[in-house]
Amino acid sequence: MTTMANRGKSQIRLGDFIFSKLATFAGASILVTLAAVAFFLFIQALPALSPDAELGAQAPDGPLAYVAPYVFGTLYGAVIALLIATPLAIGIALYISHYAPRRFAQTLGYIIDLLAAIPSVVYGLWGILVLAPFLNPTYLWLNQNLGWIPLFEGQVSATGRTMLTVGIVLAIMILPIMAAIIREVFLQTPKLHEEAALALGATRWEMIRMAVIPFGRPGIISAMMLGLGRALGETMAVAMVLSPASIISFALLTSQNSNTIAANIALDFPESGGDYRSLLIGTGLMLFVITMVVNMIARYIISRRAEFSGAN
Amino acid sequence: MAIITSGLQASASLPRWFTPTVLVGSFSLSVAANTLSSSGSESGPNIVSTALGGFVLFLVSSVLISRLVEGRRKAADRFVTALVTSAFTLAVIPLVSLAWTVVTNGLARLDVDFFTMSMRNVVGPGGGALHAIVGTLELTLIASLISVPVGIMTAIYLVEYGRGRLAKAVTFFVDVMTGIPSIVAGLFAFTLFLVLLGPAAAINGFAGAIALSVLMIPVVVRATEEMLKIVPNELREASYALGVPKWLTIVKVVIPTALAGIATGVIIAIARVIGETAPLLLAAGFTTSMNYNPFSDKMMTLPVFVFTSFANQGIDTQSYLDRSWAGALTLMLIVMVLNLIARLVSKFFSPKGS
Repeated sequence: MTTMANRGKSQIRLGDFIFSKLATFAGASILVTLAAVAFFLFIQALPALSPDAELGAQAPDGPLAYVAPYVFGTLYGAVIALLIATPLAIGIALYISHYAPRRFAQTLGYIIDLLAAIPSVVYGLWGILVLAPFLNPTYLWLNQNLGWIPLFEGQVSATGRTMLTVGIVLAIMILPIMAAIIREVFLQTPKLHEEAALALGATRWEMIRMAVIPFGRPGIISAMMLGLGRALGETMAVAMVLSPASIISFALLTSQNSNTIAANIALDFPESGGDYRSLLIGTGLMLFVITMVVNMIARYIISRRAEFSGAN
Repeated sequence: MAIITSGLQASASLPRWFTPTVLVGSFSLSVAANTLSSSGSESGPNIVSTALGGFVLFLVSSVLISRLVEGRRKAADRFVTALVTSAFTLAVIPLVSLAWTVVTNGLARLDVDFFTMSMRNVVGPGGGALHAIVGTLELTLIASLISVPVGIMTAIYLVEYGRGRLAKAVTFFVDVMTGIPSIVAGLFAFTLFLVLLGPAAAINGFAGAIALSVLMIPVVVRATEEMLKIVPNELREASYALGVPKWLTIVKVVIPTALAGIATGVIIAIARVIGETAPLLLAAGFTTSMNYNPFSDKMMTLPVFVFTSFANQGIDTQSYLDRSWAGALTLMLIVMVLNLIARLVSKFFSPKGS
């Protein structure tokens, strides 16, 4: 009896040992992969940073002057997208979780889920061939009537391929993902909290403000984080829609827009070579660092609200 | 009895036909005003200003009337309801427009040739995307074979085993990895194979699959992790109480319980990477010829096909654009089929009862 129990116990330990090591190994591979990303980008970017690098006509003033407009464009476009998308995503999530008729709610959620998977290159095609021409009259109106606001000043683009169009396309792209995450969290709000609020005589909005929003706040933040990360690194839609220039400008409606790092790489990389290619890889490393910093800040914000973050 | 009734209905409420009436009224007014003001110009009323005018009019009038009749709290409720509903409507408009454009423009070239021919030696009309479809299927398959086991095991580590520093680091860096821009993953795969194979052979299908895996793993981890966390602890404890070892508990109890969610997560991850363009543009390159071997030579993929058809319009621009739209439509159809499969899997494999 004792020996059998012991033998059983040792077998259990062997299976557990192998399985737990496998799991740990998989977890550690995440760290290795990320380290490899940083390492390989860094060693390939090094040639462009040396003083005798031949960057040619693309970057006559050195690597830092080259990358500055792209860093600005990346951040600017992503922030515009986030400003547009966040309120809309919360609205959509609330609509599906608490406003839409019960019968349709699941279908509406299914539609949003489908749209989360539309490839960026399709958004790019649509952005340049449909959205930009559609919005251009509005841009002209904005410029004529609100041109005194610095954002709307300057010579309006004739094609609609402006920073604002890019911001809108990016917002549409990150919207489904943000809405899906926020909706999931809103749906997990304890039914008893909602019913308690309603039983106390709250209107639907007061119930949402008291029960749903506080419960869903970490979901909203993590959705914003994902949305911002996607907007920062979004490549093809920007590469296709924006009419780029190598300047720093806050103007939303002109044809001279700061390009983003990612779009610049996609457009220039296939044709590049030598030290200029290293420089492009360097800008990629920079984009990697920027998104990492954004993610770290977001993690910090979430950890300050630790009381909400447990899933159980 | 009368006292109780009045206590419940502290204020009067507007009839049910109130909202639709005000809605129709506001938008009719806005259309009329915009048509009048644009009667001189040939382009007709501006859609944007018409919609915006009607919406603001509806918002202001319904909130004001509600405030006078129903009081402050119900007016606020109506205000938010209008905002929330309009947010949803606003989001649906571009999405309908997008689907409509892709379908109408894509149907022009969605013929047999498109699925049976490559673009080798094609100039102008004709040709197809078979080489791109084959490339996309192979690369996505390879990427899934790498990402799904690694992703699920990582999630198991985080939920079931992970304690202490390593687990904290992994959780943190999965988040970081979720935010990796796709183009950076492409650059990584390119530089990796540049170092391993040299500049002549750096761009190949497998490099593209590695780039896709980098993007896919964190999505799989996140989805699986969420699902494993939802599995009630009582199930695990019941299994332990029966003397089942921990790893068998995970394989036989925890995973099957969460399988529906995990499958959905995996398919959503596949649907996400199948449309990735930028990393494949860098790591797998583009070509007009068929290439079945993912381990050597450049490999075309469907998203890159859409992009290059648009970006490098040769002679006869329209036929390049048509192929681009047809590729976009095919890509969207593949994604929709994937989503349908996810639904079916989750329907048939989710735990029965309750």
